[in-house]
Amino acid sequence: MALTINGSPEQKKLTQTPLLKIWVPWMGCNLNRRRGSSVPQFCNSPTLIVMVGLPARGKTYISKKLTRYLNWIGVPTKMFNVGQYRREAVKIYKNFEFFKPDNEEAMRIRKYGQQACAAAALKDVSSYFTKEQGQVAVFDATNTTRERRAVIMSVAKEKGYKVFFVESICDDPEIIAENIKQVKFGSPDYVDRDIDEAMADFVQRIECYKASYMPIDDDKDRKLSYIKIFDVGIRYLVNRVQDHIQSRIVYYLMNIHVTPRSIYLSRHGESELNLLGRIGGDSGLSPRGQKYASALAAFIKGQNIKDLKVWTSHMKRTIQTAEAVGVQYEQWKALNEIDAGVCEELTYEEIQQNFPEEFALRDQDKYRYRYPKGESYEDLVHRLEPVIMELERQENVLVICHQAVMRCLLAYFLDKPADELPYLKCPLHTVLKLTPIAYGCKVESCFLNIGAVNTHREKPANVDVNRDPEEALQTVPDHI
Amino acid sequence: RALTQNPLKKIWMPYKNGLPEKHISQRKVCMTNCPTLIVTVGLPARGKTYISKKLTRYLNWIGVSTKEFNVGQYRREFVKIYKSFEFFRPDNEEGLKIRQQCASAALNDVRYYLTEEGGQVAVFDATNTTRERRETIIQFAEQNGFKVFFVESVCEDPDVIQENIVQVKLGSPDYTNCNTEDAVQDFMKRIKCYENSYETLDEVLDRDLSFIKIMDVGQRYLVNRVLDHIQSRIVYYLMNIHITPRSIYLCRHGESDLNVKGRIGGDSGLTPRGKEFAKKLSQFIQKQKISDLKVWTSQMKRTIQTAEALSVPYEQWKVLNEIDAGVCEEMMYEEIQENYPLEFALRDQDKYRYRYPKGESYEDLVQRLEPVIMELERQENVLVICHQAVMRCLLAYFLDKTAEELPYLKCSLHTVLKLTPVAYGCKVESISLNVEAVDTHRERPENVEVSRMSEEALLTVPAHL
Repeated sequence: MALTINGSPEQKKLTQTPLLKIWVPWMGCNLNRRRGSSVPQFCNSPTLIVMVGLPARGKTYISKKLTRYLNWIGVPTKMFNVGQYRREAVKIYKNFEFFKPDNEEAMRIRKYGQQACAAAALKDVSSYFTKEQGQVAVFDATNTTRERRAVIMSVAKEKGYKVFFVESICDDPEIIAENIKQVKFGSPDYVDRDIDEAMADFVQRIECYKASYMPIDDDKDRKLSYIKIFDVGIRYLVNRVQDHIQSRIVYYLMNIHVTPRSIYLSRHGESELNLLGRIGGDSGLSPRGQKYASALAAFIKGQNIKDLKVWTSHMKRTIQTAEAVGVQYEQWKALNEIDAGVCEELTYEEIQQNFPEEFALRDQDKYRYRYPKGESYEDLVHRLEPVIMELERQENVLVICHQAVMRCLLAYFLDKPADELPYLKCPLHTVLKLTPIAYGCKVESCFLNIGAVNTHREKPANVDVNRDPEEALQTVPDHI
Repeated sequence: RALTQNPLKKIWMPYKNGLPEKHISQRKVCMTNCPTLIVTVGLPARGKTYISKKLTRYLNWIGVSTKEFNVGQYRREFVKIYKSFEFFRPDNEEGLKIRQQCASAALNDVRYYLTEEGGQVAVFDATNTTRERRETIIQFAEQNGFKVFFVESVCEDPDVIQENIVQVKLGSPDYTNCNTEDAVQDFMKRIKCYENSYETLDEVLDRDLSFIKIMDVGQRYLVNRVLDHIQSRIVYYLMNIHITPRSIYLCRHGESDLNVKGRIGGDSGLTPRGKEFAKKLSQFIQKQKISDLKVWTSQMKRTIQTAEALSVPYEQWKVLNEIDAGVCEEMMYEEIQENYPLEFALRDQDKYRYRYPKGESYEDLVQRLEPVIMELERQENVLVICHQAVMRCLLAYFLDKTAEELPYLKCSLHTVLKLTPVAYGCKVESISLNVEAVDTHRERPENVEVSRMSEEALLTVPAHL
């Protein structure tokens, strides 16, 4: 949120907020609550993304992925799947007698069906924007008629939301069949059905929509903001991108794909500083770390991966690890470990001794806490965004990185919120194999059987600034 | 293989017998091995050259060697004197022959640039309005192993076309001895020559090609078969630029406490003169009467203090922070020479690529500033209050300066640069706000050898307390 100043020509004294290390004007006794974000504020009006398309065109897949991405980069986003509302409604409907006259809910649902579900979803969207400080809502439904879209647009206009349509168009029967298999058979709608029967039922459902499907019209709808995705990304039509967030959404949608592949995440082998319990720095691998590098090479070979790309940071320990794998690798500065500023190469004990307040602040909000002259996890996410974008473009990739970096990347793939991210377990000498499946990501954890120190420090019970050193150091893992 | 850290860029690489092993890991991340040929398509006065030049400038700035080849230029060199639109008539056989030769000559140079000169991207700027011509180019690319990406600009808005003609055609060498009205007439007739045979890129007929079709100056885009990272970046860039008139104001923070002490980096506050500048900046901005001005700062105290004086909302960008001088933070040049003479010399040898130990290089800075440039392209009127190295990088982007020139661009304290896009480039107005400040610009000394004397190294250090 941009800072608004009350026009006083006097220059107010600046203070640096203790957690985020952001300079703000000191306004009397109340430190001006300013979200000093390292990204520009995207929009003042909330944005409503409206999906359009026949069933099995990937709308929910896109909705979930987009929601995950936007949340990860710090834009509060929520998805509203109208199918879900229908399932909830019908559940209620099943529990009540169909003809109970005093049951208004059932009556309404029977009478207005989809319309009611959509309206209910829009109501929740409104609540999300006004009461929960949401910035983007993804309205996931077929929205295949002009009429339905007009209703949504008028609600949005009344409330001051920006609207951006995402239409997915696909007529390739193979893709649609695969879609149905991957996600519909797992759906609660078909949980107790025979596969062939379910497939037939679903194809029938699509036919019902086809009759009344009116795609976004490039002429009649030329004033609308939208992207049309054809055949899973072969072609795109983009119309009237209004602002920064829509531009980012378009860029993201144009970079994702559905080709099966796997992403391997690993840290560098155990380093000399790891053994000493020191954070940061640029040390080399310990003997066990070297062993891990060899084991990693063998593991990768055994996986028989086609066209594997290998990425490292610019730090010695990841490069040494990649060297052992023996294939070409690319160094990304953006993959460097979090910069601990004045705490670089210190042990936790030394941090507690020299910077007890900083240490406590970090435990209070590990995601937003910025080391003095260093970075925060929040900063890290921002600098990793191009890595994520390129990972989306690529197919099989092995990323050899660092603990904090790996936590950020993992949080993106597994949709972990900001408060969980800094505590995700990413132990040394363990490869995580991520494979996209249905709407999410399968994770396989492979420990390569080479011993290593534990570098994972849990949040201690007492995070108060005035705690005793022992309380602060309770969760520090062992080291030399 | 033993790893050693290369002294200039501080990149860890395998060394063999004391020399770095040739390793492609230093290559710009993700850039393709395969050269790319970008081919413009469109009637005259649709912005093809504008797009070509801008795209070339952007790609070079982010480190992708790019060059544009304007066939019109080749024609002017060949034909020397332009007579009239008749040259372009479709039934003018001699004209056609010459134009074909020019296109071939240009493609020849493209081939040389991409294969012999280490170019990564070539922008072939011509009308290329027929499928036949485009097919020739595709074959050329195939023979040479280049990827092809078409950029078509389609526009029927007569106001836009007129403005185009006024901005760039009237000043063209073709029309130097022509009055405005005659020039416009002739040019309109020239456009007509192409219209009948124009075959726009079609989503069915051209479905196997990779292209972006830009319609009505960016209202709408059709994007087909983006093949790789560089094409994806090009598409993103093209979708973010606009031609709405606006100005970008660049300035540094007011003079800081560390500035007067001759120390680099740090996070100090403004001196009294620095505060005076902030006040004057506020008055200057108000006088400019800029509509909807956005103000951006870094997250360092000195830029924020400067912005505070403006009494308007501003946004803090961490990526606008000054270059990280690592172990040299808050040192004077004299101290750097004393403690790190080797580093100091290496920096003078290649100031763009040199990375401070545990710090950054200008090259790193450009990479982290890319989102700022992208957002500046999207925005309209913006004032960016930043730092010396950062401002040099941004300025180099707008003024198309090379990597060699960039670290030596003059960005003095207490001076505002007003950049206004005009024709194919950028007009710069330098406005000094008449508040004294130290000079922080250190020229490249003559002797950059590691073995030089201290005095030689410190010759160009500006005066300080």
